[in-house]
Amino acid sequence: MSRKTLFARTPGLKAVPTSYCPGCGHGVAHRLMAEAVVELGARERTVAVAPVGCAVYGYDYWNFDTTEAAHGRTPAVATAIKRVLPDRLVISYQGDGDLASIGLAEIVHAANRGERITVIFINNANYGMTGGQMAPTTLAGQVTTTTPRGRDVNEAGYPLKIAELLATLPAVKYIARGALHRPALIRRSKGYIRRALEVQEAGLGFSLVELVSICPANWGLTPVAATQKLEEFMLPVFPLGVIKDEAAASAPAAAETPPEERA
Amino acid sequence: MTGPGFWKGNEAMAEAAILAGCRYYFGYPITPQNEVPAYMSRRMPEVGGVFLQAESELAAVNMVFGAAVAGARAMTSSSSPGISLKQEGISYMAACELPGVIVNVMRGGPGLGNIAGSQGDYWQATRGGGHGDYRTPVLAPHTVPELVELTLDAFDLADLYRTPVLVLSDGLLGQMMENVSFPDPGERRRAGLLRGRELPPKDWALTGAQGRPPRLIRSLLMGPGELEKHNFHLAGKYAAIEKEEPHAEILECGDARIVLAAYGSCARVAKGAQRRLRAQGIRAGLFRPVTLWPFPQRDLADIARTVDRFLVVEMSLGQFIEDVKLAVAEEKSLKQVKLGLIAKPGGAVPTEEEIVAQALEMLR
Amino acid sequence: MAFRVKVDPALCKSCELCVPACPKKIMIITDSKNELGFKVAGCTDARQCTGCLACALVCPEVAIEISKEEP
Repeated sequence: MSRKTLFARTPGLKAVPTSYCPGCGHGVAHRLMAEAVVELGARERTVAVAPVGCAVYGYDYWNFDTTEAAHGRTPAVATAIKRVLPDRLVISYQGDGDLASIGLAEIVHAANRGERITVIFINNANYGMTGGQMAPTTLAGQVTTTTPRGRDVNEAGYPLKIAELLATLPAVKYIARGALHRPALIRRSKGYIRRALEVQEAGLGFSLVELVSICPANWGLTPVAATQKLEEFMLPVFPLGVIKDEAAASAPAAAETPPEERA
Repeated sequence: MTGPGFWKGNEAMAEAAILAGCRYYFGYPITPQNEVPAYMSRRMPEVGGVFLQAESELAAVNMVFGAAVAGARAMTSSSSPGISLKQEGISYMAACELPGVIVNVMRGGPGLGNIAGSQGDYWQATRGGGHGDYRTPVLAPHTVPELVELTLDAFDLADLYRTPVLVLSDGLLGQMMENVSFPDPGERRRAGLLRGRELPPKDWALTGAQGRPPRLIRSLLMGPGELEKHNFHLAGKYAAIEKEEPHAEILECGDARIVLAAYGSCARVAKGAQRRLRAQGIRAGLFRPVTLWPFPQRDLADIARTVDRFLVVEMSLGQFIEDVKLAVAEEKSLKQVKLGLIAKPGGAVPTEEEIVAQALEMLR
Repeated sequence: MAFRVKVDPALCKSCELCVPACPKKIMIITDSKNELGFKVAGCTDARQCTGCLACALVCPEVAIEISKEEP
């Protein structure tokens, strides 16, 4: 009799508990990113840029070189790292404040220049770290600590659809939007992240994966109830799927690692 | 065209950066330094470097941050309003102990101001500008050849101390053309502000955790006492810089009855005034700080032992004079000293005549 | 072929996402608390486990390890 591991922590993650709230999507996103990096054999070649937001402590969990960046500036920092070290895998990990609000100029221009970086964008429709304020991705009518009467689109505008926005830029080669709360969707999101990293490795252009996530603490719901709210309210506004893949012809996807060999 | 000859300040400074081994320039257009990105856009590809016109001055300084994280020599340049935008990035670089060179080609302010050379950013440069307890070395050339030399020194000092370094130029220096011969960088390392010291290896840079544990660069320190400890660590670095790096040009102060104090372009006019006074038989001297931080406090205090009249000439409303006062007060009570000020804000430039007139007035 | 579902009690935060995720309904929140005060998840009957990995996939803390015994 022998025992075979079917699922265990990837070496891309440190074996430590996280500081994230119970049920937070960051934990899943971190794992998918770390697994993808390891599967591509790139852990020792990866340099990540952590945002300001809940994931500011990402570097406590990721087992690769990581730098902090000022709020919103992650794509600019990542741009320079990739220009200095073009053969490294450079990942910018950001939330909806970092990327869609204060950092909107940085992400649009890094994307427009086609910087060979991969951005992982966590969209949970609010600013988690600071206590649940409105984000650019907050839904119409959604109550947050700065929209106590619900987001009024006449005052505060509409939720920003970053994936669709950036997909209009020619130098953006791969954009997908995934989710983190159901196994099938998680597997698909992992595939999106791997593809995005492959697009970077092939030097084709800019890639981004938006990951729709629950934020149980600030939504005021249990994690399980939050997943239902996400499905009911967020997915219609932020549809899942591959939004742009111009790399298909030039960078065929690597073979999917069989589940039995995933360790 | 590279090599010795008649060079415009902005372009000479850019070429000096290339000579210093800078291969990453990130900038954004703003007058009066537009020649810098334009020159770099032509020159960087020639030397295998990277020129990137960033989407803003804010993005540009964060790119310098990123390039520094990866272990490279990188530079950005701007002018006053754009330097205001960079303050966040500079604070982060200081906190994370990242080397880099930021050049301010000063113009009239505050606000949008005008595009004339000015010195209104003295406090911004020397008092931090960004948030938190940090300092940045500030180098203030007064000629184009000195701008070249101090740019070379800036990269060395940045690497030596793991700190961002400011080069304080201005619209006059940036636009004027002077005869420049570029020093050999190795020679300058020995003869310039580095004084031949060895630069430490960048064993902290993020290059990918190959065969080693992952490295981390960050300034968020939330644990009890952690940030306090880090601040005192930085303070130790700044104390070392204050001890080792002040530099000033001191002209004929030994027997002086009055000393003119000025830096940068303004010092050119003050030099002329000092020569005129001497020609009239007046024993006038000149104190010109080259490092604005660390301010050459000891040098000026020593001068104050025997001098009771100081005429500060600055192209600002009275910023530089504060450091003059602090230095003089090391030696004697300010009540015993006659301190004059010629303040020329908003792009105005003093004349030799008015400096001479005021000096004579002070000696009456 | 038997599967083993191992929950690391130190990492579990009782978010309960593994409970509805399991198609066999064998993941529960036990009464056992970890040092942080969270009631940790556990598998009631590993003999019913099919090795689908759903619980492990949804766990944000990577607290669940799945293995199988092979003859």
